[in-house]
Amino acid sequence: MNKLNNDIQKKNILEILNKFKTGIGLLILVIVLSFMSPYFLTIPNILNIIRQVSIIAIVSFGMTMVILTGGIDLSVGSMLAFSGAISAGMMVNSGLNVFLAIFIGLAAGTALGFFNGLAVAKAKLPAFIVTLAMMTIARGFTLIYTNGRPISGFNETFRFFGAGYLGRIPIPVVIMFMFLVIIYILLKKTPFGRYIYAIGGNETATKLSGINTEKIKVAVYALNGFLAAVSGIILTSRLNSAQPMSGEGYELDAIAAVVLGGTSLSGGSGTVIGTIVGALIIAVLNNGLNLLNVSSFYQLVAKGAVILLAVFLDRKSQQQ
Amino acid sequence: MAKETVLEMKNITKTFPGVKALDKVDFSLKKGEVHALVGENGAGKSTLMKVLNGIHPRDEGKIILKGEPVEFENTKEAQKAGLAIIHQELELIPYLNVAENIFLGREDRNGIFINYQKLYQKTEEVLDMLGVDIDPKAQIKDLNIGSQQMVEIAKAVSQNADILVMDEPTSSLTNQEIDILFELIARLKEQEIAIVYISHRLEEVFEICDRVTVLRDGQFVGEVETSNTNEDQLIKMMVGRTIEDRFPEMNFNPTDEILKIENLTVPDEINSASFSLKKGEILGIAGLMGSGRTELAKAIFGVFKEKSGDIYYRGKKIEIKSPADAINNGIYYLSENRKEEGLVLGLSVANNISVSVLKSMLKANTFIDSNAENNLARKYIEDLKIKTPSEKQLVKNLSGGNQQKVVISKLLSTKPEVVIFDEPTRGIDVGAKREIYNLMQELIDDGVAVILISSELPEVLNLSNRIIVMHEKKIMGELDAAEADQEAVMKLATGRRNQ
Repeated sequence: MNKLNNDIQKKNILEILNKFKTGIGLLILVIVLSFMSPYFLTIPNILNIIRQVSIIAIVSFGMTMVILTGGIDLSVGSMLAFSGAISAGMMVNSGLNVFLAIFIGLAAGTALGFFNGLAVAKAKLPAFIVTLAMMTIARGFTLIYTNGRPISGFNETFRFFGAGYLGRIPIPVVIMFMFLVIIYILLKKTPFGRYIYAIGGNETATKLSGINTEKIKVAVYALNGFLAAVSGIILTSRLNSAQPMSGEGYELDAIAAVVLGGTSLSGGSGTVIGTIVGALIIAVLNNGLNLLNVSSFYQLVAKGAVILLAVFLDRKSQQQ
Repeated sequence: MAKETVLEMKNITKTFPGVKALDKVDFSLKKGEVHALVGENGAGKSTLMKVLNGIHPRDEGKIILKGEPVEFENTKEAQKAGLAIIHQELELIPYLNVAENIFLGREDRNGIFINYQKLYQKTEEVLDMLGVDIDPKAQIKDLNIGSQQMVEIAKAVSQNADILVMDEPTSSLTNQEIDILFELIARLKEQEIAIVYISHRLEEVFEICDRVTVLRDGQFVGEVETSNTNEDQLIKMMVGRTIEDRFPEMNFNPTDEILKIENLTVPDEINSASFSLKKGEILGIAGLMGSGRTELAKAIFGVFKEKSGDIYYRGKKIEIKSPADAINNGIYYLSENRKEEGLVLGLSVANNISVSVLKSMLKANTFIDSNAENNLARKYIEDLKIKTPSEKQLVKNLSGGNQQKVVISKLLSTKPEVVIFDEPTRGIDVGAKREIYNLMQELIDDGVAVILISSELPEVLNLSNRIIVMHEKKIMGELDAAEADQEAVMKLATGRRNQ
């Protein structure tokens, strides 16, 4: 009986460790790096990391929801660039008011995401193909709209969203934190969030339970487009320029953050808290390797290796 | 002619955290014998077989195979020693053909190429030996489930298995396919192959098994020869009490018509179906597999986009374009596939029960009221006696019967007026079956109209007051359940109209 109790205790400890494994991974990384570089654990550097992570994190939040439904979105980088360019163009070329321009940029991203959602949910096309096509189309739109040249020259109001501060905290971080809280609540506390998990777990059963699964999926893709647009506008503001090729490869960084954060690629389980930790792991790793003067070529290899290792460990722990 | 014992399991004990899944269980198997393993869901049948196959290590006990004590680390070792399991879910590759599946990984070769001539020849030999008539070149995806199962058995035999474990082999077979399977089992017996037969269908146990071992709550209850016992005695051993009758005496009280279907047609699925349904009655729908029973139910439930015909609800014509429309109108369909279509296995009991009514329990019109949600779940856990540690337990950890009760709770939470039960007792144990029958009585007492689809004819005959019989996507006729017998139903189900 004693042995049994020990086993149960051991199992509980393992379960807790398992639940927080991504966080533990991040902690270990931080401890190791703070010994290796004296500058690493300073407030300016930490703020720098969080500001760097905020743009990709906002994209990853949307990606988390898409992946939770069992889908994928490869077009986030292109939607991000398109929305940034539209906002920039509306201000610089069309002379619109900052907030109106931002609104149009957000609407553009949402519309592209909405289209992805229609194609996936209503036309029942595979998400991988639909969003692969959208990745090219939205990039094409961006190049057409910008003539392939950056748009720059914004006023102070617009610059505030990417380069401003609230006290010592960069505005992108504030916005990221706001969306983290909103989406956490959305997923955990609202029927919409519950249906997202249910669809990822078993779409047919959810539909037969009287849920309009198509509507939920369209909304998730549209929301993902909206969040990509938010990131696009922050990035444009921070760089003081809308680059037609910005956001390239972001889809892979976002998917990596989601997967590192423990969300199942087949849908139905995962959290947005995991995703932010996943995004932080990638950012901390990049930052640490920079501080240690490791060449960016080697950094790519390290990033890939960490993703592989994390997924491998995750698989191992699930088998036990 | 006492036959040689090939397998002996003694004093097998297996504990999972918090649960004693097996407690000193004995099991023995003789050459050429079919030995049934029966018990309610959760009795430990599957766990015992998993211990045998090395999937779960045992805590205590001995396994003696052909005179040698054995300890398998994994299924591969068990397979080498001549053990094979035919699972409920078949494990064949759909886009490969029969021969390629049977000899997967063991193909004869010409250099680097597969020697197909020899492959087909060897496949023919195995299939001939089993007396199975299947084309070795047919793709698995084109075969029906019965034939796929034959291929799975042929694969096991080709690997020189001499102990076969069959887990609910007939659960998705038609009566005809079951007959073929039983002939095959008889031939396997002649080859001196020993078979462990796990089934909920006691009539099958009496038809083909020599001995029965009964488990209850992880304990060994007894081992009897089938010739020395009867169904009632077995049920008594399984549930630990007597169940007077398999079916309760139902009291019907049909009143107003609530649902009327006219010329409902779904291309390729349903051909012009018409019937009506009254409050307080149970309308049985019988028919062979593929006759369109499930499709008819799903058409009413709004699953098919393309359909024609009219649905009247309380005398008013309604449009049902989706399951959501049907549920809003008070119609609920319980799927025959609870895992594929009924449950989200990775969510909790509470989350599954509440999913259809989530929008009616909100705080500030936005947030899920988790207290209300948990209370709802606790109410049904108590009312339906769902065995679960708490409402937060994940549904995938529950037994089949309890999972079914979770789906039924979800259905009841919407307070439906028309309930369509599709195979509500498939793969669940005797005790839980009886509880579901009693629940149907409660529903019709409350004036709910019930449609019951079942492949088990006795179930349809005993529980409904009217029966409609389907054949090839058409309704062939209607029978009064009090007067009908199995023969009358089968006549219609096979397409011979009573004149």
